[in-house]
Amino acid sequence: MAILLFFLFAAFAVGSVLGMIISRNQAYSALFLVVAFASLGGLFGLLGAPFMAVVQIIIYAGAIMVLFIFVIMMIHLGEGISAEKKKWTIAAAVFMGIILLAEIVFAVKGAPAVPMAGQEMAGTSPTEIGRLLFTKYLYPFEITSILIIAALVGAVVLIKKREGE
Amino acid sequence: MIPPGYFFILSVVLFVLGIIAFFFKRDLITQFMAIEIMLNAANLAFLALARSSNFVDAQVIVFFIITVAAAEAAIGLAIVLLIFRKKKTIKTETLNSMKG
Amino acid sequence: MTDVFWLIPFAPVLSSLVLVVFGSKLSKKWVSVQACGAVFLSFVFALVAFLGSLKISPEEFPIVKTLFPWIGAGSFQAGFSFQFDPLSAVMVLVVTGVGFLIHLYSVGYMAHDKGYTRYFAYLNLFTFAMLILVLASNMVLMFVGWEGVGLCSYLLIGFWFEKPSAAAAGKKAFIVNRIGDMGFILGLLFILVAVGSSEFSAINKAIGQGLFPQALATLIAILLFVGATGKSAQIPLYVWLPDAMEGPTPVSALIHAATMVTAGVYMVARLNLLFAFSGTAADIVALVGALTAVFAATMALTQNDIKRVLAYSTISQLGYMFIGCGVGAYAAGVFHLYTHAFFKSLLFLSAGSVIHALSGQQDMRKMGGLRKYLPRTFPPFLIGAIAISGIPFLSGFFSKDAILTEAFAQGQYFVWALGLTGAVMTAFYMFRLIFLTFYGQERIEHEAKHHLHESPKSMTVPLAILAVFSVIAGYVGLPAVLGEKADLFKRFLEPVIKPGAEGHIGAGTEWLLMLASVAVAAVGIFAAYVFYLQKPGIPHTLVARFPWLYKLLYNKYFVDEIYGAVIVNPLVKGSDWVYGHFDLKVIDGALNASASATGFFGKVLSFVQTGFVKDYALVFLLGAVIFLGVLLF
Repeated sequence: MAILLFFLFAAFAVGSVLGMIISRNQAYSALFLVVAFASLGGLFGLLGAPFMAVVQIIIYAGAIMVLFIFVIMMIHLGEGISAEKKKWTIAAAVFMGIILLAEIVFAVKGAPAVPMAGQEMAGTSPTEIGRLLFTKYLYPFEITSILIIAALVGAVVLIKKREGE
Repeated sequence: MIPPGYFFILSVVLFVLGIIAFFFKRDLITQFMAIEIMLNAANLAFLALARSSNFVDAQVIVFFIITVAAAEAAIGLAIVLLIFRKKKTIKTETLNSMKG
Repeated sequence: MTDVFWLIPFAPVLSSLVLVVFGSKLSKKWVSVQACGAVFLSFVFALVAFLGSLKISPEEFPIVKTLFPWIGAGSFQAGFSFQFDPLSAVMVLVVTGVGFLIHLYSVGYMAHDKGYTRYFAYLNLFTFAMLILVLASNMVLMFVGWEGVGLCSYLLIGFWFEKPSAAAAGKKAFIVNRIGDMGFILGLLFILVAVGSSEFSAINKAIGQGLFPQALATLIAILLFVGATGKSAQIPLYVWLPDAMEGPTPVSALIHAATMVTAGVYMVARLNLLFAFSGTAADIVALVGALTAVFAATMALTQNDIKRVLAYSTISQLGYMFIGCGVGAYAAGVFHLYTHAFFKSLLFLSAGSVIHALSGQQDMRKMGGLRKYLPRTFPPFLIGAIAISGIPFLSGFFSKDAILTEAFAQGQYFVWALGLTGAVMTAFYMFRLIFLTFYGQERIEHEAKHHLHESPKSMTVPLAILAVFSVIAGYVGLPAVLGEKADLFKRFLEPVIKPGAEGHIGAGTEWLLMLASVAVAAVGIFAAYVFYLQKPGIPHTLVARFPWLYKLLYNKYFVDEIYGAVIVNPLVKGSDWVYGHFDLKVIDGALNASASATGFFGKVLSFVQTGFVKDYALVFLLGAVIFLGVLLF
């Protein structure tokens, strides 16, 4: 059952990323990406991380992608943008991407196989993660909140129309 | 149930697809999306590794990664908007004012 | 009580710093009070230290106080240390005492100058540097003061730097002094090599033990004397002093008459054992001094600028001081330094008062008959002139006579004769100045006469005080003929200046010599009276009769022109040539070549920097692939 779900989600993820690559319309690309992120959320759930699955869907597929779509709508480009015209760039990128793929696969295969120790585990409950966040990772958590505020203010300052513009 | 190797392979495939997407696209926004794909592929690998070694803290770290990615997206998109406002375009082949 | 001596230099430097930093926020009144007060404080410390030192037995000198170790390099040590002994005492009293009066005078003289605060900051800084110079217990620290006064002199000569001639005069003074300083530094280095220390006590000890040969001593002494000729304006480096008159008159009085230019004399007196040990060097000092005394006096004869006459007179009087040092009468040389400080600063300040009254007019041809307009300036001026001319019972007589007598007693008849010749001319040009300025018919320009006024109190009071000292200062050093113990000054200096082999002459000879000095002074004054009051036609007749001589003197022997043609011009031309052929071609060429080579490689490599984000990403990806590959295999 789980393996079926895995292949389903994996197919959705890879398929929608391919769709995103092929699509000429930015908005379509963004929507494809929402699907990809959502199926990744499903995969997170399969990995026994329900909280991360929810976070992935709410923040990534929800908030961040909405942001993208907003910007796409603000930058009105009319017709879509075709793919890269310089073929050698794509060829080089694909070539090196495949090498990288081979390298990583080789690296993972070469690594000692670790048995799935937690296969029987039901997964990590959000309670546990919440406890970790507010005990062991309290300071990183607080610092992250400062980072978000800084990013927020930074974005506002960047976008603000200056006088005389 | 599912061998962790599957997840790794999937994450690598997604990562490389992200790379190819980056080079395939010609505008800043979709290239930015490609970067997000790579980031997510890395997250997937991270969680798979956490699962196989039963390391719960990894989930917290992924949580941080997602938070930072949100901040990064906000700033990145602000910059994209700014570039568009200044140059009236976001096509990367027209943006080379940093040429040496 | 003497222990306070190390505090003497610090009030002026603090005041100077405050003026530099907060000067723009201080009121004129505050600036005046602070600047004068600081120097007065130093004077009080100096006086306390001096009175204390009178009770100390001669063996205890010098009292050394090391404030902190300063330079330590290997075996070479130099401390920031002061020493106090009778010679320093005389110098600090002169510097702070006369300096205070000149500060006071400046309050009136500079009242309307827009650089008022800057002026007092420099003047205070100068006082500090001069005090360091005379209090230093080693030659390295002394050199700091030596350069410090040179710097302040430069700053003050060029005080009105918007005037091109003043700026040029400042530069000239600075550069000519550098030439002398080269000698000083070389001498200093030789001392360090020979003695291993620059402490005066160590140098004197080394000479006493005969640690180095006479030839080396002569070399060192001559090199140091080259430095002294620069600072004290002797042949051949005197050319800067007349030009230095471009500075404000109180500066001429303080720096270029009373204190800084005497630094060379002080240095020779301080190292009297070295010069005495060398012998040859002392003879050179005496000869150069005598030649300068006469040479400068002849140039003073024909000058029409009131300050330039005084400048040449200063050069000439410094020559007398060197005669004193050269013939072994160091005490007499320092004595003349001390009396000269009073009457020459008096003369300069009175001249300043005249110039001030005439709205800046310095040409004596446009003066005359000023006696009745300047009732408070004329008497001090006259007293100064009498004192410098060597009329008995005023200070200049005692000191000049002491020098000439000693020169005669040592058998240096040539030097003595030159000195006597100089004395005639001194009397002549001083009274020429008096008669042209204060007597005779008025030749004042209409505009200046309109504004003619006596100077304010802050200027005339210092004049009166200096006049009193010009009269009485000589009585501490009465001639030996009046008794063995009459020369208090010499006895006071004995801890520093060991009595050498004095020439012995009978009382009769001494009286005769004194008479001769008085006679030549009288002759000079009388000649001036005849030439410039009784028969004003004579000078013109003389000029008509000996035009070449007049031309020679009026143009100061064309020395400036000769230096210009022989030294300055070839240097400028040579520098130009080097600039054109070496700087532009070799140095700039090498520079340009390396720059263009760098630029070339930059251009070649800059093709990598396309500015397109994808190209960068591609390289990044390549890097990642290679990195991972290296990591795996």
